[in-house]
Parts: sequence; structure tokens; C-alpha cells
Amino acid sequence: MKVGASVLACCCLLIQVLGLALFLRGFFPLPVRSQARKSSISEIPAEPWAGKTSNWTQLPHPLFKKVVIVLIDALRQDFVFGVKGKEHMRYVTQLIEKGSTLSYIAMATAPTVTMPRIKALMTGTIPGFIDIVVNLNSPELLEDNVIWQAKQAGKRIVFYGDDTWIKLFPKHFVESDGTTSFFVSDFTEVDDNVTRHLDDVLKRDDWDVLVLHYLGLDHIGHLTGPHSHLIGPKLYEMDFVLKKIHSALSSKDEDPSFPSLIVVCGDHGMSEAGSHGGSSDEEVQTPLVLISSAFQNKAGTFKEPEIIQQTDLAPTLALGLGLPISRSSLGMLLPAVVEHKTFREQLRFFHLNGYQLCKLLKENLRAYEKDDGVEQFKKAEKLHANWIKLYLEGNTSEVLTNLGRKLIKQYLEALQKLSASLSKQVVEYDIYSMTVGAIITLEMFFLLLICVPSALSSKAEFDLPLASPIFSLFFYMTCLVLAAVHVIVCTSTENMCFFCSISWMMAMAIMVLIAALLCVLLSVLGKIILKHKSSNEKQSSSMSSWSELDLLLLVGTLGHVLSMGASSFIEEEHQTWYFLINTLCLALSQEMCRKYFLVRKRNKMNTSDLEYMEQTDVYINEIYDAHKKELKEERLSILERFIKDNEKWIALASPGIILICCRLLRPLNQTGVQWMHRSDFGHWLTSSEHKPELSFLVGTCLVMIFVLIQGKCSLVSKVALMFGLLGVYCYRATIGHVLYPWQQDTKDITKGITEARFVYIFVLGILITGIKDLLKSHMMCADYKAKSMGLWEVYSGLVLLAALLFRPHNLVVLVFCLLIQIILTMFIWKILKYDAAQITFMHYWFGQAFFFFQGNSNTISTVDISAGFVGLENYVEIPAVLLTAFVTYSGPLLWSMHLLCYLNGEINKTSTAVAHGCFSYAIIRSLPVTVYILLVTGFRYHLFIWSVFSPKLLYEVIHLVISAGICVTFTVVDKNQVAKSEH
Amino acid sequence: MDETEIRRLSVGHVLCGLAVLFSLCVPPLLLDEFSLLGTHLTWLCICSVCVVTVNVLLRLTLKPNPSTKRSSFAHKVNKLKQSGLYFFVSCLLFHGIIVLYGAPLIESIWETFLFAVLLSSFTTSRCLCILGPNFHAWIRVFSKDGAMSVWDHSLQITTICSIVGAWLGAFPIPLDWDRPWQVWPISCSLGATFGYVVGLLLAPFWIYWNRKRLTYKSR
Ligand SMILES: [Zn+2]
Ligand SMILES: [Zn+2]
Repeated sequence: MKVGASVLACCCLLIQVLGLALFLRGFFPLPVRSQARKSSISEIPAEPWAGKTSNWTQLPHPLFKKVVIVLIDALRQDFVFGVKGKEHMRYVTQLIEKGSTLSYIAMATAPTVTMPRIKALMTGTIPGFIDIVVNLNSPELLEDNVIWQAKQAGKRIVFYGDDTWIKLFPKHFVESDGTTSFFVSDFTEVDDNVTRHLDDVLKRDDWDVLVLHYLGLDHIGHLTGPHSHLIGPKLYEMDFVLKKIHSALSSKDEDPSFPSLIVVCGDHGMSEAGSHGGSSDEEVQTPLVLISSAFQNKAGTFKEPEIIQQTDLAPTLALGLGLPISRSSLGMLLPAVVEHKTFREQLRFFHLNGYQLCKLLKENLRAYEKDDGVEQFKKAEKLHANWIKLYLEGNTSEVLTNLGRKLIKQYLEALQKLSASLSKQVVEYDIYSMTVGAIITLEMFFLLLICVPSALSSKAEFDLPLASPIFSLFFYMTCLVLAAVHVIVCTSTENMCFFCSISWMMAMAIMVLIAALLCVLLSVLGKIILKHKSSNEKQSSSMSSWSELDLLLLVGTLGHVLSMGASSFIEEEHQTWYFLINTLCLALSQEMCRKYFLVRKRNKMNTSDLEYMEQTDVYINEIYDAHKKELKEERLSILERFIKDNEKWIALASPGIILICCRLLRPLNQTGVQWMHRSDFGHWLTSSEHKPELSFLVGTCLVMIFVLIQGKCSLVSKVALMFGLLGVYCYRATIGHVLYPWQQDTKDITKGITEARFVYIFVLGILITGIKDLLKSHMMCADYKAKSMGLWEVYSGLVLLAALLFRPHNLVVLVFCLLIQIILTMFIWKILKYDAAQITFMHYWFGQAFFFFQGNSNTISTVDISAGFVGLENYVEIPAVLLTAFVTYSGPLLWSMHLLCYLNGEINKTSTAVAHGCFSYAIIRSLPVTVYILLVTGFRYHLFIWSVFSPKLLYEVIHLVISAGICVTFTVVDKNQVAKSEH
Repeated sequence: MDETEIRRLSVGHVLCGLAVLFSLCVPPLLLDEFSLLGTHLTWLCICSVCVVTVNVLLRLTLKPNPSTKRSSFAHKVNKLKQSGLYFFVSCLLFHGIIVLYGAPLIESIWETFLFAVLLSSFTTSRCLCILGPNFHAWIRVFSKDGAMSVWDHSLQITTICSIVGAWLGAFPIPLDWDRPWQVWPISCSLGATFGYVVGLLLAPFWIYWNRKRLTYKSR
């Protein structure tokens, strides 16, 4: 079957997306969960007993009357226990030194982002990596958790602070006041909003649990880093709040055996650069301080805080409040909390904890009985029963005490082992699904690879031997073998894997797909080998025709792919791309020099060459007709003449100009890890003192965008574009980023919803005009101009959307992007004639570089979530996700759209330009993804797998999904073209 | 393109290589506290001076491209001046390119500049000594099939090798190994030097290997 190159590329990418989805499902395991979601009180195990029936079947009584949880966002361990804490948090330090507290260093797991951390603290689970993606929105927490249990038990919970909690626990609080972290630049009001309720609440007595979530510290960290002068006062403020709570509560503590508890903790730390999300020590280590008069009687010697897991808080809190431990909690009770209780009570607590962990393990591990922790727990349980028997018999000798001590030790060991083997379950990979996904991806990549010669030929067609698999024995054999493998794997494997759990019809369909692809691959390969044997010489000649630029493009692309094997190169990927485009520009400038300084001699020799050049010049002039006409209309003929007269020098200088543009963009957003701390221009601009400068810059940029982009638009969309850009400025002004020239003081800041929607309307208008033009060109087959205009309008609509959504200082990136594109098309592509594949590669490189120029990196923490809220009253999932994805990938997206516009203009010369471009784009995208999933599979036990490799995997996969969308667009435009040429 | 020419070329290359070796071995004997990594700037100066001196000496003794017409003393002085200017401009140009590649603009400006000087002495000084301050000849030599003598070929090879060496030398910088040689510009200058030496060694062999093809082409 004959298939066009673009259709083939498009199908390959789409199937690859399917394979990757399967791979990801296996790679990011779902967190360890209990099947039944919420536990009920009836499932409480009784005290172990031997002979006599124990009379204690109820839950033990709560340890604490009231609990106040003070969660200080991004509270790093050394902010409490280090020098900073000693200096600024005097009250807490005093308490710690007096020995009236229990202090720990709680280790958070990556991803160190707020929502997964709150989940970990309240459910005791380790949220899977995939929860990060869900962090962008915050749906209700359906899992069993402390807050839910407390509510079920009739406790009254009051909450003030980050509204993530209200989204996670809707209707759980009797009273709440959420503050959004919408304006990250605000760090006083978010905390005042919490503190203002304190006096009132502390006076009252109608609550049992009070949760406070302070955001200010996190905001300070994001804005100025952990060493800024703002940190000290903020810590002092927090210390003051704690003092207030502590004195208020201790004045109310009437019954010394039933005191209150204050829990001070951080959800995650703060890196040296002030952000979080990774797994460096600074981000992972958070303090956990438990303050209660119950711990008063402990020896007053101060010792180093013990290291525990963040998940340990959930069971401790649950038992402290007299609630059942949540089902899927992995944590273990902190023994020091119950130390002052009687042996019987202590043993009861440990037994409850162990019982719950065993049950969870049973649900998640098939061979759970062989587990060390389970065995030890069973032994301890038996001993416990004996102990109870002795106890109930009235034995009070020393034997009982000693036995009790030994028993506690045994219980603790068992709990530790159970907790550890459960945590290990979280990072268990589903190798089978991963393999199947990887095989599909690999097959598609190889199919693309072996199609290269025929797809990039002048016909841009590929003969896909679809018939051969259906009639070959090999195909049926492979199907049978794969089916057998599937049955064997799924019946024998210990862990549950995803691919086994889907319906067998689906599984079989995928197996048949794999087998068919294998047959197609083999038959194509066989054909190629036969051909190759007959024409060996041809191959060598085609190799020598490669220019240095081809070599550079190939080596650069391959080098980048290989560099992904090192974690530092992933962290600093922007450096690789900046380096590569720099080299590319130098290579272009060298070619340009050769062209101008060497061609002269040759022109004298053969005039036919000159003639040819003139011909093509005429043709190219035609393409830029629209643009030049525009220039004329605006009476810029002087500029035009200037360009024509000095074309040589402008062309020679243009690579240099591009280089300088790129160098200027570099310090705008420092990304990566190693040089993150360097001052960047973006921060300088967005700080509140430099609002006038930013306003001027934004204004200039918007005008520049209009000037650069309006040339090829129709009149209607030009007007719409103008209004849209004006709207963008108004939006920025109402949101408080920039100032109006006539108004120096900032008035009240709003979300700017009307203005943003105003711009959205124009974006939609321009896009619809463009699509209408495209459809029109499709209907009336000869209308070439309408088509290129339509494409350009779609492109300018996207630019307008980007201008609205970008962070204000990033408009500079957008302007430089447009400028470089115009320089490339007007001077470089026009003079140095490259084929579609080469131009696609170069566009791809620039797109990648612009991805990083706009401040992205390969860590999750740089995703600009605020873009998802533009013009929306509340969080709405689908638009927010789409907008965030658009903003994040706008660099590659805009460059590939520009590529489409350019190649479409090229179609007059070579009718296969778009098809070639599409195919090259598909292969250049599928190469890194394919290699990367193999690398990641190899590195799955690497130390940095969660902090470096996994985020990059997510970025790559989402990029591939977007590229598949782009390829579909290419194919649609190309189909149009094919249909037209057939007429 | 006979054997003697290649032999003369090899001698020249060996001398150039010895100059680099000299800059590595002799200074530690004369200067205290000299080390390649510790006092890198001093080494950059010494190496550039050595390489340039050897290049000039070779130019005077081996006379790679003997000019047909005799030139007056004034003409020679003029050429010398021009060469000096070219060398300085090439240093600035390299400096600019390095900054474009991402070297910091203001801090460690001396490191960047001396690295540019080193690159110029590996590339431009050789060009000046072999081709003279003649821009068109340079462009001819560095374009496809433009080389017309053994010397042109050796020039092509050493220049490309040193620049590629410097280019590759930048790669270890982002790695988080915290080694002393990852500091800017040590890895790059070492890469350039290594590339230069490899180019010097490679060129005679390559030319000898391809001598038949080359004789054919240069006619
Ligand atoms: Zn947080
Ligand atoms: Zn944060």
C-alpha cells in the first residue's frame, strides 16, 4: 500500500504515543493503596489474648485533648534546628532545650511539592510521582486519612491557610478560611489572613483540631531564596505565633494527664535557590516538633533530633487523637509520644499499628507471609498475648516489666521492617507493561528509520507492505508466541501488573499490533537489503555529498540524545541547546561567507548558474510579495531599498545578529541547577521596584510583536491582533504587573478576568479567520494565497495567546523568537538554499533552545502554573491543563508552526516540502523519546531517578504528544496539497 | 608535492609540538608555585608565546610559501604591522565568539581573553605565517577543495583540530563532578591544546597517506 510520508509519520507518532502511555503506566507505579478506601471503626482488632478473653476491644483513649497543627510551608530543617532557628525562633529553641518537646527531622520524599506532602502527612502514604501532575489541580482526597477519621469521630476541625486543604478536604472543617497562593509575590497578607483568626479561636473552646498552614515563608523562598534578609523576620513572626498558641493552650490545660499537643512541621524544605520539587537534602529534610506538657517529665538534656519519615506523623496523630490508623498509611508510631503511658497501653498502640501495616502488606504483596516484618510481628503478637495473660492474672513482678520492655523492642523492630518493605513496594516497577510499551515505541522508531530513503525521496511516498503480514506464517507464529508469553507472565507474576489487568481483548489487539509491525519491519528490511546488494556504489556516493552542515545537524542531534545518559546533562540541557544553536549559527555564517566571497569567481566561469539563481530569486521575491507590499503601503520603501542595496552585508551580518539575540536571551531566565543562583535579568525586571522599566519593556515588546507579525495577515485579523495586544497590556496592568503611563500608583489588584477574556475572544477570532481561510483554500483549489494567509493567521493567533499567557518579562523572548524567524526566512533561507529536512532540523533546534530561553527546565518546579488561571474565576481542569501545556511548550510549538508556514510557501518549488518536513519532524522527535525510555529503563535504580530522570521523562512524553498533534496538522495541510495537485 | 616537502612539514610540526611540550615542562623548573591548573593564566600566556615564537621561527627558516617577487624592507615592515593587527583582531573575534557561546561577559574576562589568545596562536598565527595577511587566501584555504599545497592541508587540519578540541572541551563543564579542571576555561584550553597537538601529529601522516590524490587535485 502506498502511503504518503506525512501520513506515515503521523501514524507512527500516534502509535508511539500509545506505546509510551503503556510504558508510563508501568514506570510510574500507583502508590500502595488499600482496596477498601476508608476504614471503619468496626475493624479495630482486639488486644491479643491467650486463654482468657481480653476485655479491651475498643480503641484506646485519645492521648491529647486538642491538637494544633502548624504547617509552615517550605520550613527547612535548619530554620528550626540550625543557626537561623536559634537566632530567630528563640521561643521554640527554648522549649526544645528545656526538653519539653519531641523534635525530629522528618524526611520528605520527592516530589517535594506542597500537595503530595500534605497527602503524605495526613494519609501516611507516599504519593506516587504521578501525583505531581495532579498537583496542578487539587481534587478531593478520597483515600482514608486522619482528617476524615477525625470528622467521622465527631471531632470539630478548624482550618486556616492554603486553600489546597479545602480542596483536598471539602466539608471537613467546621470553620475555615482559605488563602490562595495565587499571587506568589505576596508574603505578608497570606500569613496575616491566618493569624488574624488566632486570638478568637484560641479563646474559644469549640474545636478539637486546629490546622494552620502558613505560606509566607515559601513565597519568600521562591522570590529571594533561603538566605534573604526577609527570612529572619518571617521566622520571628512564626515563633511569635507559636508562643501565642502555646501559652494559650497551656493556660487551658486543666488535666495534666489529658494535655494538648502542638505539631510544628514543614511540608518540604527549600533548595539553595529557594525553590522546591527535587530531592536535595535541603528540600527533603523538614523539622517536626511536637510540643505538649505530656513530654514535660522527660530528662532535660538536649540531643540531636532523630531522623524519621514524614509518613510517621499520620499514625501518631491518629492514635494521639484516639482514631483508627488510616488504612494505607505506611508510617510507624513515634515511640517517644506514648512513652509516658503504661506498658499495656503502649503495647496496645504498637499492636494496632503493626496489625494495620500487616493488613496493608497483605493486600499489596502476594508472598507477604514470608516477609521478615510479618513473621516478627506474629511472634511479638504471641508474646503479647502471654504478657496480657500474665498481666490479667495480676502479676506485677519485675518479670512482667522486663518482658514488656523486650516486647516493645520486638514490636518496634517489626514495625520498622514492615514500614520499610511497604515503602519498597512503592518503587516497584511494572516491568511487563514497560517492556510492551517500549517494544511498540521501538518498532515505530525503526519503521520511521528504515523509511527515510524512500520518504525523503522526490515522491515522498512509502510502499508499506501491509499485505505480507496477513498472509505470512511468521505473523501467526509470532502472535501465538506473544499470546503464550502473555498468559505465562500474567499467571506467574507476583506483583499485579497493569497490562495483565486490562481486558484480554485489548491485550490481544496490542499483541497482534506488535506482531504485525514486526512483520512489516522485517519485510521492509529484507527488501532494502536486496536493493542494497544490487546497488552498492550508489550508497557511497550519496554519503560523500553530505555537506558540513548536514554533518553538524546529525552529530548535534545524536550528541544531544546521547548526552541524556548523564544526569547533569539533563539538569543543564539548556546549555547543550544553546551551545548547539550557537555552533549552527557560526556554521551558517561560514557558509554565507563562502557563498559571497567564493561564488564570484565561479560566476565568471558558468553563467548558467547565475541564470538559475536569478530565476529562483524571482520566485522568492514572489513569496515575499505580500510582505513587501505591506512595507510599501506603509511607505517604508526607503527601508526596502536599503535592504535590497545592502543585501550582501545584511545577509553576512544576519547570523551574527541571531547569535547576539540568543546571547541576550540567555541571562533573562537562568535555568538548570548549577548556575541557577546567578542573578537573572527576569527577576530584576519582575521585582516591584522596577515596574516602570517593565511597563516600558512590555509596551515596546507588544508593539514589536505587532510590527513583526502583521505583514502577512488579512486586514480583519490585523485589527483583531491590534486590539488583542492592547488587551494584553490592559490585562497586565489590572493584574498589577505593569503600570499605565498616566497612572503612577497601583490601584487595587484584581485577577483581570474581563481583560483576559477580551483577549481570548480576539485569539479565537483570529484562529477562526485563519481556519476559515484554510478551508476556503481547500474548497477553491487554486487559492494558494488564501492558504498561506490562513496558516499565518493561525500562527499569529497562537503568538497572541502566548503574549497573553507568558510571564511579563518573557515577552522579550517572544519578540526575539519572531525576529529570528524573520531574519532566518528573509536572509538566510533565501540565500542559502536548504532542503526541507535541513530546515526542519534547524527549526527544531531553535524550538528546543527557546523552550529553555523562556525559563523552562527539566524539573517540575519551573512549570508556570499561573498561566492556567488566566481569565478563569476558579480552577477548571481542562482549560487550565491545556493553557499550562501551551505556555510550557510554546517555544517548540511556535517554531514548528512557523516551519509549517515556511514549508507551505516552499511548496511551489518542491511540492513535497511539507511532507518531507513532517517526516523529518516526526523522526527527530521520536529519536530522543525512544532512546530516553531505554535509558530510563536501564537507570531505574539510579539515585536520581525520581529527581532528574522521571521529570525529564514526563517532559519528553508530553512533548511527543504535542508533536503528534503538530504532525497531524502538517498532514492535514499536506493532504490538502496532495488533493489539489491531483485535480 | 614531493617527499622532501612532506619531510620539511613534519619537522615543522614536531617543532610546534615541542613548543607546547616546552610550555608544559620548563616553567615548573623556573617558576615556583607553577601548576597547569593552579596558575592557568600564566600557562596560557607562556604557551601562546611559545607557539607564536616557534611559528615565526619556522616561517623564517622553512619558508612554506616562497613568494615569487622580492619585497622591500618597507613592504616587509608593513606586512609585519598588518599581521600584528590581524592577530589582535582575531583575538577579539575569538573573545566575542566565546562570549556568545555563554562565557560570562565581565567576570573572569581575563580568562576568556587569554583563552582567545591561545586559540588565535594555535590558528591565526599559523595562518599568518604560512599564508601571510591575505584574507582571500584564507577563505580559499578554508573552503572545500581549496588547499593547494602541503602547507595548506596541514593548516586546515591543525586549525580544525584545535577548534574542535576547544569545542569538545566545553562539554565537561556542566557535569557536577567538581573537579579542578572543570573550571572555566581550563577544560576548553586543554581541549584546544590537545586538539592542536593531535592535528600536528595527524597532518603529516594524513598527507602522506593521501599524497597521490592530493597531487592530482592541486594541479
Ligand atoms: Zn509547600
Ligand atoms: Zn513553593
